[in-house]
Amino acid sequence: MKNEMAHRHGPDQDDPWIRAAQEARLSKAWETPGGWRYWSSVNNSEVGIWYIVTAFGFMLFAGVLGLLIRTQLAVPDNEFLSAETYNQVFTLHGTAMMFLFAVPIFEAVAILILPALLGTRDLPFPRLSAFGYWCFLIGGVFVCGSIFFNAAPSGGWFMYPPLTTKQGGIGADIWLLGLSFIEVASIAAAVELIVGVLKCRPPGMHINLTPLYGWYVLIVGGMILFAFPPLIAGDFLFEMERAFDWPFFDPERGGDPLLWQHLFWIFGHPEVYIIFLPSIALLAMIVPTFAGRPIAGYSWIVLSALGTGFLSFGLWVHHMFATGLPSISLGFFSAASEAVAIPTGIQIFVFIATLMLGKVVRSVPMLFALGALAIFVAGGLTGVMVAVAPFDFQAHDSYFIVAHLHYTLFGGMLFPLVAGIYYYYPLMTGYMMSRRLGVWAFWLMFAGFNICFLPMHLTGMLGMPRRVFTYPGDLGWNTLNLVSTIGAFVFAAGFLVFVFDALRPKSHAEKASRNPWKAGTVEWALELPPGAWGARTIPHIESRYPAWDDHSFMRRYDEGRFYLPDAEEGRREALVTSVLDAQPVQCMRVAGPTWITLATALCLAGVFIFATYHWWTATFISGLLTLCSIVYWLWTGTGEHPEKDEKAIGMGMTAPLYISGPRATGWWAMFITMTGDLTAFLGLIFGYFFFWTVHDQFPPPDIDGPGWTWPLAAGLLLCGSWVLTYGARLWNARGDMLLFRMALLAAVLLALAGIGALVMGPLAHRMDPTAHAYPAIVWALVLWTGAHAAAGVIMQLYCLAASFAGRLTPKYDTDIWNVALYWHFMAFTAFATTLVIGGFPLVS
Amino acid sequence: MHDTKPEITISFGPCLPIAAMGLLLSGCVGRQSALAPAGHDAEQISNLFWVMTAGVSIIWALVLGTALAATLGLFKNPTRLTPNILIVGGGVVFPTVILGILLIFGLRLLPNWQSEPDRLQIHVHGEQWWWRVAYRAPDQIEPVISANEIHLPAGQAVEFVLTSADVIHSFWIPSIGGKLDMIPGRTTRLLLEATRPGVYRGVCAEYCGTSHAKMAFAVVVHEPKEFNAWLEDRTSDPNIGTDDPGRKIFLSSGCAACHRIRGLTEIGSVGPDLSHIGSRRTIGAGIAENTPKNLARWITDPAQMKPAVQMPAYRALPPEDIAAIARFLSNLN
Repeated sequence: MKNEMAHRHGPDQDDPWIRAAQEARLSKAWETPGGWRYWSSVNNSEVGIWYIVTAFGFMLFAGVLGLLIRTQLAVPDNEFLSAETYNQVFTLHGTAMMFLFAVPIFEAVAILILPALLGTRDLPFPRLSAFGYWCFLIGGVFVCGSIFFNAAPSGGWFMYPPLTTKQGGIGADIWLLGLSFIEVASIAAAVELIVGVLKCRPPGMHINLTPLYGWYVLIVGGMILFAFPPLIAGDFLFEMERAFDWPFFDPERGGDPLLWQHLFWIFGHPEVYIIFLPSIALLAMIVPTFAGRPIAGYSWIVLSALGTGFLSFGLWVHHMFATGLPSISLGFFSAASEAVAIPTGIQIFVFIATLMLGKVVRSVPMLFALGALAIFVAGGLTGVMVAVAPFDFQAHDSYFIVAHLHYTLFGGMLFPLVAGIYYYYPLMTGYMMSRRLGVWAFWLMFAGFNICFLPMHLTGMLGMPRRVFTYPGDLGWNTLNLVSTIGAFVFAAGFLVFVFDALRPKSHAEKASRNPWKAGTVEWALELPPGAWGARTIPHIESRYPAWDDHSFMRRYDEGRFYLPDAEEGRREALVTSVLDAQPVQCMRVAGPTWITLATALCLAGVFIFATYHWWTATFISGLLTLCSIVYWLWTGTGEHPEKDEKAIGMGMTAPLYISGPRATGWWAMFITMTGDLTAFLGLIFGYFFFWTVHDQFPPPDIDGPGWTWPLAAGLLLCGSWVLTYGARLWNARGDMLLFRMALLAAVLLALAGIGALVMGPLAHRMDPTAHAYPAIVWALVLWTGAHAAAGVIMQLYCLAASFAGRLTPKYDTDIWNVALYWHFMAFTAFATTLVIGGFPLVS
Repeated sequence: MHDTKPEITISFGPCLPIAAMGLLLSGCVGRQSALAPAGHDAEQISNLFWVMTAGVSIIWALVLGTALAATLGLFKNPTRLTPNILIVGGGVVFPTVILGILLIFGLRLLPNWQSEPDRLQIHVHGEQWWWRVAYRAPDQIEPVISANEIHLPAGQAVEFVLTSADVIHSFWIPSIGGKLDMIPGRTTRLLLEATRPGVYRGVCAEYCGTSHAKMAFAVVVHEPKEFNAWLEDRTSDPNIGTDDPGRKIFLSSGCAACHRIRGLTEIGSVGPDLSHIGSRRTIGAGIAENTPKNLARWITDPAQMKPAVQMPAYRALPPEDIAAIARFLSNLN
């Protein structure tokens, strides 16, 4: 990359004919396919819209379930719903709102708007977004559809065993497997978004110039990466208990139901902030715009968002205050739960300070933002109340909590989200939403919400427990419940006004002028309605609010005077930049329309759905098909050798078309994915040591362990495979092809032997995973590590094949870089597993 | 107790102070209300609740007032320092101080006690969806077995030993104190002290399956002397009418396979102990008044009153036989 005369404008940009030709080429390259091929799109503007519409669809479904709940509880001893139906309804209401709306809508909105906020044209892995979307759609329909067959989960969205391990039917399996499937999509999106913020910022946008929304996406993406995997580990243990009777949660055989509660809430509490922070991020974009000035305290808000993210991982026990924990734990987690109010408060005061310094323009997004503040502050304050453990002894599992959590979720998520939709609607569609309908929607929603949920604080204090399908009429709860029900319907009416406004035919709607809110951030440089290519040119950024700070910005943008104003080769291109100072490091070719994403998602859906019904043959075949389609996807769609080494990217600069290693997006994606994977693994290790803490002696003296010889052999063999894989990368880079291929082949053999040795440990000692939690957790660790090693073998074989096919060469070595990175993590997993199962029994 | 009638204020907007008034006025309605305390813990927590509610309402009004004033441009000529003062003052200093005080205050109420041998112990065992209860006074050898109703002496701390047979339940008597989970494989302990004689209602607070909503119990708080007499009475067999026709039908219909009646049948232990059922206030674990009519309804088809209950329906029995069993049970005390 040459960096001569960064600000010399190419003379051609003065010529409107040349510009028109550029636009035509861009338009052709980024064209959305028509007809039924539309569904093979992968571009963020299509996938983002599908994602948002689908998430709102699930939200409406879950909202109807909420109305059913309120209808049933309108009067005492109601027989509108049976007990069993009610239990399915409330379980699905919570499950769908959390897993099919609150988290996915963050990803949906981020996928849609993040490229625009970063002045770029797409996210680094468009097919991954599309794949994630299809997983989300299929999984969500599967989970929600179950209620129409009276087969929905009915164990509560928290699924506490042993209730859920004892339940017959497939409800619990639908929850476990259907949601695991969706969590795959969540993690895929998180990887995509993190890499997007780190590596796809426009040139010049140093990390401290990142729009606040980008910061929040980064933080929340990181949180997803550390919060979802423990749940996936929990789901894995849970389904092993349900399908194969491995007694992780069965106290009769050494298990403990509380292990699930820990794993669930290690996920479940950060999840609250995973939901909350992205919506605050929308406010962080909206508030400065309508205050007409930059955010007051950029560093404050970034640091406090980070602080909230960190603290949220130390609070999970406050969901378990009533489980009989020692007072010292109660005190610690009370204090930690109170502490999170501080960074949250800072973020709110940053907004207030911004409003105070600016001159506020009244608008529908601001109305929703203020409504959000009123509701969220109330929810946060009741949160401070329930964080005081003694008060929680009364409030816990009562309607007080129902009120509290809805205040935090509506104020911290739904109202800001609606504000964000009103705000970004013109950017995505080119039309304005109606101000009049917006005001109606706001007041109906705001009043309805408070009428519904404010009385519930009192209902709870009067002793009404949660999750009851009915209640007696003589306890003083009747009026309160009726009022709540009325409020719920008022809210629903308001929400429908909003949905109507968003979806109504646009023939009478007001067309949006460019930058209709007079915002300062880069996304508003887009023409409205936006072209398929997104950004006309990828801008050079020197301030947080370029449209306010640089009066020539818009003109230069329109004239294509920044980066990549053209698609000379007819390819979709975007820039990859360095992580901290956003120097261009690559001109990246991103993928266009393809069906492989949908095909892979369908195959993977087969794995999860067939497993729900315990149709193991079909599950296995689906698994094989998934593997084939992933290999096909990678082989045909990645690691492409470009037709030339580098190209001019505008502003007098050139950038390479192919890079590998830590500068490339693929390496980062692997790194981030494996960090999440490692977290899930640590969830299993946590399980092992949790059993150690609850038993007097663990491992139990009367049960044979895997011994130390086989685990030691497995550890050595797998680490040997790692060393050889790493060596292979170096030999390849040096051009020593023979040594490279020999090393890879040896690595494959060592890994296979390692898997064998790993399995031999518990097998040779006849450890029966159904007999006790100890053999079960040992087998779970062996299974996890073995499966990862097997995946590692497939990757090694892939590299070997790619080398023989001439795709993997010393110059084009992305594949071996990423596989070696995978094996770094694999080596740690193997080391930790063998040390724990082989070594720990020797010292305990 | 207040003389005012309970009154609920419907308020548009999160006006916590108004809600607080509604709370205050309705404090007297519930046998199950945490705001009409009849126990030591419940009193303390109720006070904590009122203090926190007042504080929270004031803070809410301050924050929202500031935000509204900022939006409307009521702050004239803010200096460059104003935002920092606001962020540091409102976001850091103020909450740190308030939360510190709250923690010192609140955490003093955490349970801090040891088992003492001279304390009454009540072992409550949660099952889907009822409660097995056993009393053990300090000098008592045989525990007194009962079900679905708990009697307590006023002014004495009682140690509850909580276990579960099947799934997680949570033992909660809002008028007397906080709740504690009953977890399979574990034993949890809760110390409660009732302060005011009367009849209250406890419930299961942890979702425990189909009829979670139908898992309640009556709580009767006596003066200590009265309680001792009651417990003494429960150590002896109930009065069983020897020529009661219901007694024969009870035995011949197989009821005894699951239910124990002291002095009559000691075989069954699957279902609730019925020894003194005639004296209990409710049937079906706190879900219906204990009348012969309700008892007959229950025996005929318990699932109609409590979905998915384990007890089978006795629709096959002639109604007059069921009525006879119900009469027989009503007289057991």
